[in-house]
Amino acid sequence: MESQPRIGVYICHCGVNISATVDVEQVAEFAATLPGVVVARNYLYMCSDPGQSLIQQDIEEQGLNRVVVASCSPRMHEPTFQGAAQQAGLNPYLVEMANIREQCSWVHSDRGQATEKAKALVASVVAKAARLNPLEEREVGVTPGAVVIGGGIAGMVAALDVADTGFPVYLVEKSDHLGGRVMELNRTFPTLESVAELLQPLIERVQNHPNVTVFLNSHVTGVEGYVGNFTVEVSGSPNLQPETMKPETHELGVGSIIVATGYDVFDPHRRPELGYGQYPNVITSLELERRLAEGDLTVDGRSPKSVAFIKCVGSRDVQVGNPYCSRVCCMTTAKQSRLVRELLPEADVTVFYMDVRTFGKGAEEFYDEARAKGVRYRRGNVSEIIRGDGGDRGGRGDRSGRLVLVGEDTLQGRPFDFEADLVVLAVGMECRSDVGELSTLLKLPRSSDGFFLELHPKLRPVDTAVDGVYLAGCCQGPKDISDTVAQAKAAASSAMIPLIRGTVLAESATAVVDPDVCAGCGMCVEVCPYGAPALDPLWGVSRINDVLCKGCGTCAVTCPSKAIRLQHFTAEQILAQVDALLCV
Amino acid sequence: MAEGSFEPKIVAFLCNWCTYTGADLAGTSRIQYPPNVRIIRLMCSGSVDPTYVLKPLLDGADGVLIGGCHPGDCHYQSGNYKARRRVIALKEILKNAGVDEDRVWLRWVSASEGGRFAETVTEMVEFLKEKGPNPKRREWAV
Repeated sequence: MESQPRIGVYICHCGVNISATVDVEQVAEFAATLPGVVVARNYLYMCSDPGQSLIQQDIEEQGLNRVVVASCSPRMHEPTFQGAAQQAGLNPYLVEMANIREQCSWVHSDRGQATEKAKALVASVVAKAARLNPLEEREVGVTPGAVVIGGGIAGMVAALDVADTGFPVYLVEKSDHLGGRVMELNRTFPTLESVAELLQPLIERVQNHPNVTVFLNSHVTGVEGYVGNFTVEVSGSPNLQPETMKPETHELGVGSIIVATGYDVFDPHRRPELGYGQYPNVITSLELERRLAEGDLTVDGRSPKSVAFIKCVGSRDVQVGNPYCSRVCCMTTAKQSRLVRELLPEADVTVFYMDVRTFGKGAEEFYDEARAKGVRYRRGNVSEIIRGDGGDRGGRGDRSGRLVLVGEDTLQGRPFDFEADLVVLAVGMECRSDVGELSTLLKLPRSSDGFFLELHPKLRPVDTAVDGVYLAGCCQGPKDISDTVAQAKAAASSAMIPLIRGTVLAESATAVVDPDVCAGCGMCVEVCPYGAPALDPLWGVSRINDVLCKGCGTCAVTCPSKAIRLQHFTAEQILAQVDALLCV
Repeated sequence: MAEGSFEPKIVAFLCNWCTYTGADLAGTSRIQYPPNVRIIRLMCSGSVDPTYVLKPLLDGADGVLIGGCHPGDCHYQSGNYKARRRVIALKEILKNAGVDEDRVWLRWVSASEGGRFAETVTEMVEFLKEKGPNPKRREWAV
């Protein structure tokens, strides 16, 4: 590396995300005193265009040869700042980040302590930056094709988009049919389209598409590799009828993976006070879908005179561990109550709700129509459903033994008893009970609600912490069909970026051997999981194949003569970081 | 540091794929934990050289935390197993050299365990507060 380090340090406010807890000006003043630092600034949003230009301008005008950005996690914006530096002619590996948001301002509240910690983190990263060396960017080829896990509407839509572009797609479905949860529905909201008419052509296209291989009764049992070159192990058989199936293991080489595993329906047995499973005329919204499809709503051979809907069963309920809104139940209930009203014009149809959340195109209008057609909305919490005992023993309800909904009208602030012949529980969505298996296989993080976690809630909604793995549909969180399809198409186009490019960046921070120090003991050959080092038979020293090396650094630690150096994470750099940390 | 109260200094070496990301998740979830920990990012817990642990302890850090992926989850297949073996051996050496080996913690925290990361740090800070400052801080002071 040329001459002395000339380091620029940039402290980001991240709006107020950092500056509310960390005194960014004080940190910048401190950074300016560190060895090798020629300029230290603080700015509102370093990742913004003007923020990046600030860095580029300093590189050009002040002759910076190292850049340190103290802002969010490098997992978030390292590529952004590396790219900015590269445009200004600086090798991207001469950029380092100090994580003063995720690992400082967001987790500490004492301004003094957080500022001190931020200073230490900046000092540590500046010490490393002063010892950085430029690295070469290398590209490797991509295995064309994608695995889509889950054959519901999200998986099918994503698979078709990738397949239509011309790449082979392997669609892995756990059950014996395509269609997923949507198959259990009768009509969509707010257009009241037939779900069968929507889904059947889609299933047929998937099954007949020359680029799509469908695996039914199959599941993913192993995932190896990285973006561009995954090997996905699938247990099951492609395109065969279930009865003739003999499960076998297939190894599929692909560049991208789309996860579209959907959701579980909340089990209302977990709200025993609502009597599901105890009274046959307490049913779930999905069971009502089937009854509506059959056009039969009779209870004990009689047409119900009063039908009640209860919303938010298993959603917005901390007691059952689901504090979130399931997003579809308000519209599902609006749709179902309206269809029930049309089917049973004589019956009273009442919806008990906490709030009505009918967002989305045409949704509020649809809800207004439902009310105009005579569906009654009553704001209230139903705390219990009991069978009326005819008032004989001073109990509740009339003599016919109808269901009695006991609750509180939250507008009037009054308790109520409400009689109904059929009660529909609008059950919410939960993450799949087997979500942990796939999370472990793919190393995919999950959010506190259990669903898979997207990389960024706004800017990277279908990407994940694992490069090359994308999310579609309800495995990421509750969604209606429109949002699911939109996300599936987004996941498909993101998944195609490496496939269309044909190359991905390979690890540049590989391990290198100093042949003058290497004693040829071969311990690096033994510890490497990738077979990257090999002993050169002529010289008797180790050589590392930098295409195979993934940069884990285990050989560097193992080497007894310290002949191996992991670039970008050298012992010199790390120990300098330790020194700087302890000096602040 | 406030008068009379001891605030331990912890140097943490976290693997990029699991524990570092877990610490990020603690951040995005706004889970609060004591600010005593200073994190250094490494690619793998299997690349933690014994000198990375020794140097801070001899230079006066009160504890060293190594964070890696859970057994079976290593991004590089087996780096965390190597870390585990090295830490066991290192602790034996520390004991014989008169350095308190309990100041070195190896913990598995996955990318989805933000809460677990915060708990680990909180627990370690409490443990070290009870233990008191690393005596090497005085012994080695020039």
